[in-house]
Amino acid sequence: MNELVFFINNVVVSGTVSSSIYAMGAIGVTLVFSIMRFAHFAHADMMTLGAFFVLGLTMLFPEVGVAVGLPSALILMPIAMVLTAIVAVGIDRAFYKPLRDHNVKPIVLVIGSLGVTLMLQGLIRLFAGTGSRSLYIAERKDIFRLELPGELATRPIVITEPQIILFFCTVGAVVALHWFLTRSRLGKAMRAMSDNPDLARVSGINTNTVIAVTWMIAGALATAAGTLLSLDVVLKPDLSFFLLLPIFAAAIVGGVGHPYGAIAGGFVVGFAETLAVFNWAVLLRPFQDMLPAGWELPTYLAFVGTEYKITVPFFILVAILVWRPTGLFKGKVL
Amino acid sequence: MKLSAMPQSRRDLLLFLTLLIPVFGVFLAMGPAYGARMSVEAACYAIIALGLTIQWGYAGQFNAGVMGFVALGGVSAMLLSVPPNPDFWNSDLPGELARVLLTLVAGIALVVATSRLHRLGVSRRIRTVLTVGVALIAYLTFINQLTPVASAIESQAGFIGGMGLPAWVGWLVGGALAGGIGYFIGHICLGLRSDYLAIATLGIAEIIKAFLKNADWLTRGTATVSPLPWPTPGAGELGFVLSRSIYLSITAVMIAVIFFLLHRAYHAPWGRTIRAIRDNEVSAAAMGKNINKRRLEIFVFGCVLMGIGGAALTSFNSIFDPSGYLPLNHTFLVLAMVILGGPGNNLGTLFGAVLVYIIWIMSAPVALFLMDLVVMAGQAWFGWESAGNLDSRALQARVFVIGLLISLVLRYAPKGLMPERVPHHR
Repeated sequence: MNELVFFINNVVVSGTVSSSIYAMGAIGVTLVFSIMRFAHFAHADMMTLGAFFVLGLTMLFPEVGVAVGLPSALILMPIAMVLTAIVAVGIDRAFYKPLRDHNVKPIVLVIGSLGVTLMLQGLIRLFAGTGSRSLYIAERKDIFRLELPGELATRPIVITEPQIILFFCTVGAVVALHWFLTRSRLGKAMRAMSDNPDLARVSGINTNTVIAVTWMIAGALATAAGTLLSLDVVLKPDLSFFLLLPIFAAAIVGGVGHPYGAIAGGFVVGFAETLAVFNWAVLLRPFQDMLPAGWELPTYLAFVGTEYKITVPFFILVAILVWRPTGLFKGKVL
Repeated sequence: MKLSAMPQSRRDLLLFLTLLIPVFGVFLAMGPAYGARMSVEAACYAIIALGLTIQWGYAGQFNAGVMGFVALGGVSAMLLSVPPNPDFWNSDLPGELARVLLTLVAGIALVVATSRLHRLGVSRRIRTVLTVGVALIAYLTFINQLTPVASAIESQAGFIGGMGLPAWVGWLVGGALAGGIGYFIGHICLGLRSDYLAIATLGIAEIIKAFLKNADWLTRGTATVSPLPWPTPGAGELGFVLSRSIYLSITAVMIAVIFFLLHRAYHAPWGRTIRAIRDNEVSAAAMGKNINKRRLEIFVFGCVLMGIGGAALTSFNSIFDPSGYLPLNHTFLVLAMVILGGPGNNLGTLFGAVLVYIIWIMSAPVALFLMDLVVMAGQAWFGWESAGNLDSRALQARVFVIGLLISLVLRYAPKGLMPERVPHHR
């Protein structure tokens, strides 16, 4: 049973955590991809930027959360989401809109977003330094240990407060997004524009508004993902290139232009990563007695070492591009 | 006369003459040894940038993983030119390593054979499942054999050492290695939209770096390998300025040869085909051109150039440090060089390489100077406390400067300072 607990702690919990982060990032990427038709490389830095806004606010008001019993960073997150949404719209106006107005190829917008990535990274590091920081300033991180009933399991299932918050936030974001895209006028306009931009424009949809709303959603979700990730681990300014590949892989696996596909893709990529680096020898250990004498189980049996975690999203990406470029949910191949 | 109204050749000449000012400025301000080092590094970057300009400028393929190909060039320059490691060759480890490599070859052969099973009448679905299964088993066997041998090499000999060959052999092999990986990536992604190529190259670059950083038996990982031999007499014999100048002349000859070959290729039917594919894929296909093959060719050629340039750069720095390969220094800097100079214009790319490299190395001292000014003013007027670590923060100004440069160029000079010259035949 201890092996099973180990599996739950190391695969189910941590897999869900990274999957939720990837899913939230991938929703933003897939929305931008389907509405503006370019791969937005600055998305991971938007996450970092949002998390740094939260850090700044938390340093200003470290005691806010005490009254409610939640981390102050979480209480202040909505303000940071609004700030990042404004910044995202501003970035679009300043850097992407001029390019769009010149009718450039989408790949030039990708290069533009790389320029934005570097500027954001440079600014963040210039002001905040390169070290890692914790978002818990006045409080401590709560850790829950769930003891399992029965004699067999002696070790508890460990889950932390930010992880629980993360699950609830992901579910909330997904439900809200679903409601927005299917019920509201703007959401329907977004879907129309993603299907056919010219047709959407001639039917009287204000494409500029749709684009601005897309950036707001992307910025807000990026902030949420970045903050929750930094609450769970630490806040580092150089997250971006390690997050970018899994997020893109998730968006493409889910099918570009499908927010629900992006969520599924996030979970596929997140769990594939966790399962690939998991040491399967631990789970096989109880069966050691059943093996014939002389057969030894290896002590370490993982598909890739932790240091090569980044290869997993890459090979998922390659496999999906080779076999099914539309993604699992029949998205677009742009 | 306005700059944009000039005939292009005069404009190019004027731009190059203007470029001499910052070059001499660096020589005067930082001394000739520093200036010579900067020139050699700019020349190596120019070779890498020529590789990117044929991918992005000639063919419109965007490679966001230049760093990976540069690192491949670097590792092969290191492995071929560093003297052999007697600890490794005198033990029984080479035999074991050869056995592991044989397993790898056998595994690959088995996987390829399985993937051909449909020719024997096995249905395609079963073949795919079988291939994936065989590949997994072969991979796990290989890893299980490699791990003990690798850790034995690490504990007994440090790393496998080099081959003691001349440095230029390593450069050529580096180009070939980068081209091979480029073939693999291009084969998968070139049929799709260019965004996917950018994402995939970004990924492969990080993977190459992770491999070089963690394969201690091959590269010593973070312990770094130094010194790497130069193909020319080193600084110990001739002094910094002279030895660096000789190195510079070698890279200059390489650039001249590459430049000549590219110029011929660009104006040959092959180059016209490439441009036709870039500008209008559909009509090029209608003319009967083999689009995917031409694209793959140019992608591989670009990667070869990046490998050679990266090898020359690593040899010059005389240290192989896998964690020293950064996306910023080796991907985005090159990108800025290409789009500032003029994608598709080789002369412009050389111009961009030198100019951006000067901006790059000068931005940290200038930023430090500015920050000192601000802090001093702050202390005098408002009584600020200095934040300390200003040096490391000023270094980060480079990141911002390169990003700003890319954004500004895309906005105000989308064709670069020396736009591609499209020949018009009457």
